[in-house]
Formats: sequence, structure tokens, C-alpha cells
Amino acid sequence: MTLAALIFALVAAVILGGAVAAMAFRNLVHSALALAVSLAGLAAGFLSLHAQFVGFAQLLVYVGAVAILILFAILLTRGDEPGGQALFSPGFLTGAGIALAVFAVLARVILASRLVSAEIPLAPAPSVREIGQRMMSEDALPLEVIGLLLTVALIGAAILALREKPPS
Amino acid sequence: MMDQLFVVLKHWLVALAAPGWQPILAAAISIAAIIGAFASLFAVTTILERKGLGRMQNRYGPNRVGPFGLLQPLADGVKSLTKEDLVPAAADRWVFFLAPLVLVVPAFLALSVVPMGRNMTAVALDAGVLFFFAVGAATELSVFMAGWSSRNKYSLLGAMRAIAQMVSYEVPLILSAVTAVMMAGSLSTDEIVAAQAGYHHGLPNWFVLTPWGLAGFLLFLVCAMAESNRSPFDLPEGESEIIAGYYIEYSGFKFALFFLGEYIGMFAASGMAITLFLGGWHAPFPFLTWVPSYGWFFAKLLALIGLFIWVRGTLPRLRMDQLMNLAWKFMLPMALMNIAVAGLWHFSAPGAARWAACALLIAGAYLVLGRALFTGAHLGRRVYRYAE
Repeated sequence: MTLAALIFALVAAVILGGAVAAMAFRNLVHSALALAVSLAGLAAGFLSLHAQFVGFAQLLVYVGAVAILILFAILLTRGDEPGGQALFSPGFLTGAGIALAVFAVLARVILASRLVSAEIPLAPAPSVREIGQRMMSEDALPLEVIGLLLTVALIGAAILALREKPPS
Repeated sequence: MMDQLFVVLKHWLVALAAPGWQPILAAAISIAAIIGAFASLFAVTTILERKGLGRMQNRYGPNRVGPFGLLQPLADGVKSLTKEDLVPAAADRWVFFLAPLVLVVPAFLALSVVPMGRNMTAVALDAGVLFFFAVGAATELSVFMAGWSSRNKYSLLGAMRAIAQMVSYEVPLILSAVTAVMMAGSLSTDEIVAAQAGYHHGLPNWFVLTPWGLAGFLLFLVCAMAESNRSPFDLPEGESEIIAGYYIEYSGFKFALFFLGEYIGMFAASGMAITLFLGGWHAPFPFLTWVPSYGWFFAKLLALIGLFIWVRGTLPRLRMDQLMNLAWKFMLPMALMNIAVAGLWHFSAPGAARWAACALLIAGAYLVLGRALFTGAHLGRRVYRYAE
């Protein structure tokens, strides 16, 4: 087993372990923390593939922002009482079947694509510098549109959260 | 020779190992050096801080252990190691146990991209600055874990305050760092330091000596103070309001780990401020270049730590609404304005006119935003809702 394979196995174990734990824990906060572990593992996976920018962005956005957002949402809405329902819902078998079918289709498509058979370069072609230059030149318009969209969402959220003044 | 002492030493040690083990040994040496150097600096800083605060408050500070109380950190260490490790009965054991680790490990990781001297960056990443902010994100998670797992109202309050504060101040923190990244044209810490090399009219080419650099440096420093929960931004801990905030239930070694993590985080933020704005390990004047580069880095670091202690001893704690108003109504627009000014600086011809225009724009924005912050602020008599 090479070092790269060993690292991949470790990262995969963290991602899968975190994901399974996120589903299995009965306490919502525990689930959210396990999800954060899984997301951090995903970032490590990107890094082990030499995709620095994506890896750090994953860490910054998902572990830093989304995980905190989920935790806040849990705390602000329902407290931390453990859920009373059983771990597996009655539709468990159907869900597992659908998941397996989706996985089979995806695996078949990925294995048949050209990406897998191609020789994997040691360092990825787009470096952080190139990604930045692309975003600021060719892809500037999509970036701006996404920025505008997020700003609109932010303002909308602020308006929704704003307490209405009682009519005087 | 002196300048490259540690680099040569590391290469010599690495060359002793078998070829297959060399990368691992090199990494281990860097890790050991960072942990050793900054853990000792932590010990030195605790005594400096207690002595310095003592002087500012007209008292001696620790003076019992060793000459002038200099061995106090050693006594503190022994004390925290031998104290009983209490875990509240209602606490969530695993999360409670993991929280200090989640704080300390990313803090040390953040230090690994800071250039501490010529050729002395532990991990030279293409996106070093991005890495620094990415690992910093785990701090918020740790604070939440500590506050929530303790099952204590005060600690939960402290954690909520800490996260609100950290999320708010992270935005201007990153935006103020963007100016230096724009000017250096790179996210690599080494290249940002290299962009500040050389001298001009006897003054160094540090970013802090430009209008946008000075504004960016001050914004970065204030945000770093808020991120490390230090006074005047110590609402999450606030001894006089919520006892110790999120780490109220921690004792012994876990408490020491929290303390360590906070200080290492402060060192990392100061190191990043030095890298981005204070010219990294470059000497301030051409005739001082004979001093080893790491000497300059640590001299600047100690100076910033001194500033942190000074501010802590001087300013009172902010109120929650003041804290939020400062972040969103002053720091954020100021940081955005600073980015625009940096763009103007980049595209206009060098000279006194550029300097004056940029300085005026920043001073104008400062005045307008500062005035706006205080109009409509309720500065009158304090009104108590429940206490009266």
C-alpha cells in the first residue's frame, strides 16, 4: 500500500465515519458536529488531491460558516432535547434501495467517463493564481451575478428577521 | 551565517536520516520548532502580561516565585498539571473533552504558514493566506463546543456572544487582509513578504507606510483583538458579567489548554499582521540588515504583544450593541473603502499627489463613518430594564 493510498483510506474513513455518525446520533448537536468532521474530511480529501483552493474554500465555507449556521439554527429553534423517534423510519428499506440505485448509476457513469482513464497529473493544472485570474477576467460576470444574488439573499434575510415596529 | 543558522541546522539534521525518511523528519523538525518556540513565548507572555497589567494598575504583579517573580509561569504550569480535572455531571463528556483540542491544534496550524525569517516558513503554500483564515474557522466551533457541552447557562451565553462576535469581526478581518494580497498579487505569505523588500528614501517598502496599508493594519489589528477575545472585546469571557464565559467549567490542564490556544491564536494573528503589513522579517532600516531575520520577526511580534497588553490595560470593555455597531457600521464599510483606495493607489502614478489623495479619502471615510456611528447612539443616562 503506497502512502497516497494510505492517506486516501484515512480521509475516506473520516468522511464516511462522520457522515454515518451524523445520521446515527440521537442528539442533533452531536449530529451537526459529526457533519462538520465529515466536511473537514472532505477538505482534507481535496488537499490530498493537490486542489488547494477548493480545499481551503471548503474549510472556510462549510466548517467555518455552514456548520456554525446549523448549530445556531438548532439552538435557536428546538433546544437540545434528544429526539424520541426510532433510528430507522419504516421507509428505511425503500430509501436504501433508492440510494443504492443512485450510487450504481453514478458509479457506472463515472467509471465510463474519460476522466478516470486519463493519466493523473502530479500537480493540478489550474493553480490558485490561475483560478483567481479566470474569476477576475473571463468569469467575472458569473461571479458578479452570484455576488448580487447573495447580497439580495442577505438583505432579504435581514428584512425577514427585522422586528416590525408596532404602529403608533 | 547567523541569519540562516536554523535553516542550515535543519538541513544538516535532515541529511543524517535515510532518504525515504527525510521529508517526514523535516516536517517533524518544523513542528517541534514551532511548538517549542511558541509554547515558550506563551510562558514569557503570561509573565509579561501579568507584570505589565500590574504596573498599569499600580501594583507589583507576581513577585514571589524566583527573582522578580520570573519563574511564575513554571509554577503556573505545575499548578495546572496537578489540579483536579473536574467534569460537570451533566456535561457532554466527549464534546467537553474535545473542545480545548479543537482550539489549540488549528492555532498552531495557522502559525505554520507565517514566515518567521528568511527561508523560515514551515509550510510554503500557494494559498497561505487563505489557509490561515480557513483553519481559523475551527476556533468558533471549539468555542461553541466548550460552551454547549458544559451545560451551564453562563458558558452557553459566553459561547453565543463569542460566535456572534467572531462571525462579525471575521468579515472586516479578511477584507482588510485583501488589500495586502491585492498589492502583492499573491496569496502566498512568502511572496507578500518579498513584495515589501527594499528601501525607498531610507524608509522600508512596508505596506504599513502607505495610507491604505496603515488603515488596513489598524483594521486588521482591531479585528485580530476581537477574534482572540481580548479586552476590550472580552465580552465572551467577561469575568464581571458571566464569570469566565465558555470555559467556566474547565479546570486544570484543559483550562491551561484554552489559555494556550488563545495566546497562540493571538501570536498567529500578530504574525499574520506582521507578514501582511509590517514587512515580515525585513529590517526597518538598511543599516540594520545585519541583525538576523528571525530576530526582526520576533522583535516585531513582541512589540505587537506589548501593544495588545497595553490596550488591555487601558480600554474598558465594550457593550454588546457597541460591539456589533462597530463591526457592521464602521469596520466593514471602512474595510471596503480601503480596498477601493488600494485599487486607486495601484492604478495611479506614484508621487505625492497619489499619497495625498489616498490619505484624504481614508481620513474622510474615517470621519464620516465615525460621526455616523455616534449619531443616534444613546449616550444618555443608562436605563435598567429589570434591575429597578
